[in-house]
Amino acid sequence: MTKALIGLILGIVVGCLFPITITGAYTKLFTVVLLVALDAVFGGLRAAVNEHFSDTVFITGFITNALFAAFLVFIGDKLGIDLYYVALLVFGFRIFKNLAGLRRYLLSKGKWKREKGKEEG
Amino acid sequence: MSKFTRGGWSITFVCMIIGFMLAVQFRQVHDAKNTLPNQRVEELAGRLIQLEEERDELETQLELLKQESEAATNREFISELKFRACVTALSGEGVIIKMDDSTRAAKSGENPNLYLIHDDDILRVINELRAAGAEAISINEQRLTAISEIRCAGPTLSVNNVRSAAPYEIKAVGDKKSLENAIKMRGGVAETLQVWGIQLEVSTADDVYIPPYKGTFKRTHSKVIEENL
Repeated sequence: MTKALIGLILGIVVGCLFPITITGAYTKLFTVVLLVALDAVFGGLRAAVNEHFSDTVFITGFITNALFAAFLVFIGDKLGIDLYYVALLVFGFRIFKNLAGLRRYLLSKGKWKREKGKEEG
Repeated sequence: MSKFTRGGWSITFVCMIIGFMLAVQFRQVHDAKNTLPNQRVEELAGRLIQLEEERDELETQLELLKQESEAATNREFISELKFRACVTALSGEGVIIKMDDSTRAAKSGENPNLYLIHDDDILRVINELRAAGAEAISINEQRLTAISEIRCAGPTLSVNNVRSAAPYEIKAVGDKKSLENAIKMRGGVAETLQVWGIQLEVSTADDVYIPPYKGTFKRTHSKVIEENL
């Protein structure tokens, strides 16, 4: 968890120092990829707490999801269909789902701890 | 929490990417709010509110001043001043002069300009009328004030910066007999202009209507010097 936070802060610092601006057409792609990354991290955390985390699954999942989402948005833009919102909706939904899984795990663990404490005491 | 350590590095890497993207996106949205059109809209809205306040303030001030002035000054004095400034409509006995370009064709080699009405022809008529004691004069419904111009503007005539074309109708309020005679006297304006075939027709009337001056008065350079009378 601490590593993740350190990575986040490091990324923010680099992003603030980097003089990059995303112009017009690429803003949609950028936001979708950002959402994919968020989804990947939450999914990864959930997998980690359920003890079936795999580096390869995590990284490949992140990369394919990001690429496919970007591709979808690009194609949608060309076809005049707002697939952008589809990607946003799906990944937003998945983030909440992953968050729910994480929350359930933490709650059950806390319960277990409390019960364990009662037994000892 | 030891379970997290297993996949720690890949999550750290993706978190770094998220942080980077968040920072860029945040800065972008922040920049977009400060772009010129947005700033301009905000600035204009602010100025609009300010000006509206100013306007309301000035309106109340105007109302106050109007009340004050009405109470303080004599109505008769105001109407006299309005008459002198030519901002009131007048009627009374006087003359109506109709002028039009010559119907004669210019002979070859002759200047065709001689057969058209020019500003100086009108000016001479006006000058005669003034000398004969006209109280108010208008040209094609444009009231002549103390600073009205009469000049050619291409094929038209400009009076009070309003253009009109021939025929011209000059109306003057004053003693109708002397006004008529001033135009028609021997060797006078009418006779001179007739040489070139310019049509000039004088008629007298008992109720000549003279419209008021409807333009604006500029006072950017002159200063009023208060005199003790």
